[in-house]
Amino acid sequence: MLTPPQEAPHNPRVGLFVTCLVDLFRPSVGFASVKLLEEAGCRLEVPDAQVCCGQPAYNSGDRKDTAAIARQVIEAFDGYDYVVAPSGSCAGMLRDHYPALFAGDPEMKARAEAFAARVWELTSFLVDVLKLETIQATLPAKATYHDSCSGLRELGVKRQPRQLLAGVNGLELIESPAAETCCGFGGTFCVKYGEVSADIAGRKTQAIKETGADLLLAGDMGCLMNMAGKLQREGAAVTVRHVAEVLAGMTDQPGIGEPNWGGSEPR
Amino acid sequence: MSAHITSPAFKDNAKAALADPNLRKAMAIIAGPMAGRRVESASELPEFEALRDEAVKIKNHTLAHMDIYLERFEAAATARGAHVHWCRTPREARETVLALCRSRNARTVTKGKSMVTEEIGLNAFLEQHSIQPVETDLGEYIIQLAHEPPSHIIGPALHKTREQVAELFEEHHPDYAPNGIKPGPRSTEPQTLVSEARAVLRERYFQADVGITGANFLVAENGATMIVTNEGNGDLTQSLPKMHIVVTSIEKVIPTLEDVSTILRVLARSATGQEMSVYTTVSCGPKRPDDADGPEEMHIVLLDNGRSEMLGGELQELMRCIRCGACMNNCPVYQSVGGHAYGWVYPGPIGAALDPHLIGLEAAQHLPNASTFCGKCQEVCPMRIPLPKIMRHWREQAHDKRITPPMQRWGIEAWAWLAQRPALYRLATRIGMTALRAVAGSKGRLRSLPLADGWTAQRDFPAPQPGGSFMAQWKSGRRR
Ligand code: SF4
Repeated sequence: MLTPPQEAPHNPRVGLFVTCLVDLFRPSVGFASVKLLEEAGCRLEVPDAQVCCGQPAYNSGDRKDTAAIARQVIEAFDGYDYVVAPSGSCAGMLRDHYPALFAGDPEMKARAEAFAARVWELTSFLVDVLKLETIQATLPAKATYHDSCSGLRELGVKRQPRQLLAGVNGLELIESPAAETCCGFGGTFCVKYGEVSADIAGRKTQAIKETGADLLLAGDMGCLMNMAGKLQREGAAVTVRHVAEVLAGMTDQPGIGEPNWGGSEPR
Repeated sequence: MSAHITSPAFKDNAKAALADPNLRKAMAIIAGPMAGRRVESASELPEFEALRDEAVKIKNHTLAHMDIYLERFEAAATARGAHVHWCRTPREARETVLALCRSRNARTVTKGKSMVTEEIGLNAFLEQHSIQPVETDLGEYIIQLAHEPPSHIIGPALHKTREQVAELFEEHHPDYAPNGIKPGPRSTEPQTLVSEARAVLRERYFQADVGITGANFLVAENGATMIVTNEGNGDLTQSLPKMHIVVTSIEKVIPTLEDVSTILRVLARSATGQEMSVYTTVSCGPKRPDDADGPEEMHIVLLDNGRSEMLGGELQELMRCIRCGACMNNCPVYQSVGGHAYGWVYPGPIGAALDPHLIGLEAAQHLPNASTFCGKCQEVCPMRIPLPKIMRHWREQAHDKRITPPMQRWGIEAWAWLAQRPALYRLATRIGMTALRAVAGSKGRLRSLPLADGWTAQRDFPAPQPGGSFMAQWKSGRRR
């Protein structure tokens, strides 16, 4: 795990790594991240050449293509003080796995290491680097939080989202004993071994329902889409959102997988 | 190979497991209480993390000087009157055990729990040669009656409910009559079932000509072999018959007893959540002239089976494994499908990392793929083995050697090709997302998706938000 700086940097130049799932499925998480980062004093930019962190190839054993994608990401984010992603899984990929992809190329490896040292997951960046203690937002709800595996185990994201959520007016956080249990998503796993994946998801949604929460939050779109899809198939009345939307006070869009009536008007 | 392999059918095995109500009942206990006990017992011991580090250090040191410690072990064991047999392959190990049994004209052998005997398929082999192996560990005994392989490395019959055990006993112990009274329908009380197994097995101990056990540790400094059990069956197995054969593998060697005591402290906590296993048995050679009891002969069959090739490579860290089972108890996939789905001796994360080496990647290719990479196994592994990293190594091997199914490989390569061409990627994904949105309509989600029924069979699929991708909206000037 990285050691955060002693003092919050002043007006840092931050590149937002949008992540492919936020880009394609839930742009509102991207805009929520923009709002949170700008209000915390960042000069925010969104480099154009970004696509995906490469995990689908990496987890399928395609190291060569992964390295090519990694090189593209590292180049796209050249020159930023920080690279921030609204995903523990993608940030973990950029930070923990990129350097090892260039084991045979000392120059590129050094670049990847320097890059990795600037990468942060969104809530951890806000709390650990920008030293944000609380935020201003309101959402009356009984929420439970899912700790996504990579964020939790690779980056140590656990207390940061909770610290910020504590500042949301009206929000009650109910901890699930299964908060740290995998939701069964696993990238391509969820389709390749769909039955196993759905069974794991079923144990997870059971635990979520047992908390009595009406809102499920997490910091990773993959897990969120998986849990939302399972909860909705089961007919459970639980709204599912990325934590950034709640922290940014941008909850006018319907929850993940919920009906929308032909536009972005509120529910 | 040795034990029967069904790993290539992992998907079918998993499907069958998911549909088996008894298995689901049994697995709930592993996911709940068993995994929970480890957490409790680890948190009771403030120095648990430091102990893990210490245990890792001991094993790393031993692995770096494996040859020296193995030779030292052999010399010390020989000096105490035991015989050490080096076996490269499962076949050599089986033949060695058979020859030893024949030298005693053995008809019946009792067996303590040993995963290495499973690895070499010893029971079936002995039966083929008219020698009856009798498992004395309760779990092993149960699955022997059921003609099944173990489903867990420390709890071989964890997949059986007590109702199923009672049925098996009913069928296999027709003459069982404690105090001369035949029981009616078998009680499903665990204690009653245990007493019944004890009573039946007691007679078998005295009939056995040879006792076979495994070993958790081989102590280099004094040539002792050690087993840890909770039933004490190992003690009777090894001390009553005239010959004791230890069947184990080379990576069990540890320099000193002191080192063993460190590892024991993390082993039991990780395995069952106990502070210590109930029995820790140290065997130092055969009976000496003034000993009251013990076997006349002691043999140690040391299996390599590809282990020495693991030294110095990607897989070396697997040699630290102490077979505690924590990785499987805590694995979401194992908790869903149980041990048999993995199709060979070592299931769960350790199996996913180890089996491709032992039975070949072609046969075992599903195992390292059937993981969400959640990292829980590595978190709980007392020996800090980077299991996901090793599973990824196998995925890379499968990709490079073109063992991965072609459709899957092409799919990923096509996606990766696109991901390296942002403009084209945005065009292609725009078409895809527009289609998804159109099909979902105002419902916001899809109930079925061609090519992704793995997802949609049991889950809805959330549709993309209206308004286009983030990148497109950002470029058109939207900021909030
Ligand atoms: S890999 Fe680790 S957790 Fe799994 S059985 Fe071996 S020592 Fe235990």
